[in-house]
Amino acid sequence: MHPAFSILFFTTLAGAAQGLLVALALAQIAGVAMDSSFLLQAIALGLVLLVAGLASSFLHLGHKMRAWRAVLMWRTSWMSREVIVLPAYIALAALWWLSLYTGADGALAHALDWTIVIGALLLWYCTAMIYACLRFIQEWAHWSTVANFILIGLASGTVLTCALAVSSGQAVLLNALAPWATAATLVAALVRWFSLHRNSSLRPASTLQSATGIQAKRLVQKSMGMSAGAFNTREFFHGTSQFALRNVRWAFILGLFVLPLGLQLCALSSTSNWPWAWAALLQAPALIAERWVFFAQAKHPQNLYYQVVG
Amino acid sequence: MIQWLKELLQSQLTEGAGGSAQDTSPPVRVRARQGETLAKQLALVIDLNVCVGCQACVTSCKQWNTSGSAGPLGDLNAYSANPTGTFFNRVQTYEAGEFPATDTIHFPKSCLHCEDPPCVPVCPTGASYKRAEDGIVLVDYDKCIGCKYCAWACPYGARELDEERQVMTKCTLCVDRVYDPLLPEADRQPACVQACPTNARLFGDIKDPESVVSKAIAERGGYQLMPEWDTQPANHYLPRRITAAASSPTLPTGKE
Repeated sequence: MHPAFSILFFTTLAGAAQGLLVALALAQIAGVAMDSSFLLQAIALGLVLLVAGLASSFLHLGHKMRAWRAVLMWRTSWMSREVIVLPAYIALAALWWLSLYTGADGALAHALDWTIVIGALLLWYCTAMIYACLRFIQEWAHWSTVANFILIGLASGTVLTCALAVSSGQAVLLNALAPWATAATLVAALVRWFSLHRNSSLRPASTLQSATGIQAKRLVQKSMGMSAGAFNTREFFHGTSQFALRNVRWAFILGLFVLPLGLQLCALSSTSNWPWAWAALLQAPALIAERWVFFAQAKHPQNLYYQVVG
Repeated sequence: MIQWLKELLQSQLTEGAGGSAQDTSPPVRVRARQGETLAKQLALVIDLNVCVGCQACVTSCKQWNTSGSAGPLGDLNAYSANPTGTFFNRVQTYEAGEFPATDTIHFPKSCLHCEDPPCVPVCPTGASYKRAEDGIVLVDYDKCIGCKYCAWACPYGARELDEERQVMTKCTLCVDRVYDPLLPEADRQPACVQACPTNARLFGDIKDPESVVSKAIAERGGYQLMPEWDTQPANHYLPRRITAAASSPTLPTGKE
């Protein structure tokens, strides 16, 4: 599939924002002490990231003014469900910020903490199911797609929260959250490694024989029916070499998992906390690279029909 | 504004009461439900044995649909180095078998109007739908937001985004031809079927066992594409075969 940057930015920005909000909400639930001004600023950052992701998703549409129509088919379409849950989650996070800002009573704040966590899980699930429900894109149609969206969102969000805690001197929060951030990064790395391994050993269920019904052992396309490109030759191919794909894959494994984990170990074993900030900065481009590979590795069966210009 | 609202309510009321005095038929439901079995399913049956790959169906389809209710079908950079355009129908060419015993097979490809179309339930706006009355899968261009998700959900690559209009387009089975009472009865067929010089394209209702398409599928072993995804395409293909005429000794052999 062709990786569209609007979707890469949307899923990574929203994923990290959800991880950030979940980390803060869980810290609140666990009663971890932090400055209320820090909490408000961190939630505000999460809101900015979510709104930026929403804005980015609009860039994917051919008709942006009609986007409101996308809420209509929630009974059958995961995209429609996501279009409903995302603004609802933004509103929920804004409400959380407001309740903390006005110092609302304990019961409401407690309920909001839990709603933020459950809402994030729901949004991750809707986003991932957009891809996982397409049964003939075999790389996507698997539980690991959902697991990856949740785990990578959690990992990047918790690392970001730790980096924010370091930069504003929230030592208690950092100490409480750091092991969880490391654990999230580690589990995310393991599941992503598993899905990469699965992708490399997948056998396509569709063949040129099943696509055309011509049962000859040797069957080759001589012409795709046009001399120039078409939507079908652009939308479903990543358009780069296998060499580039492999390099981007290694880049994201290093930038998203290996180096941040190393930096986290440095932070644990030394008195310096700045490795957290470096880990978060490294993960930002690596998140884009990971989603790029997620799209580029997905082989659409329609590509069987578009192999040779002729 | 008030008058407009009155008229709207008036029309809704008469619709609810089952139409005017002359029209007592129940209100027609436009959209088929997911997994619904329809009584009628229009489809194309394509005979790979006689398709010569002349591309007449491609140009005829483009001409009719760019001028009809489905169009205009955008062409970008039409006279430059990298032209790109919207087509509902393509004819591809494949080579089967080992040299010298190879077959060249021309393979027309358009929307298959699946009985269980995976492109329809994923559409977030409801712009994509399957007609309950005849099973044609259509896009309402006024509701399409151009998110391309339906194209991802089609394993056949049958949908093409019109880059000029930024809406998803696809074969309509010439829905604006096949029911047009102003056309002579014989012309109420898809433009590609009319254009085919070798009669490789048949059109009809595959749910009617007496239709030309049902008979062709039954007699010639008509098959569906990518049966592994269980989309139940309505369009069928007739396989290559050696006909009596082709093996007749009266044909010129080229040795004289």
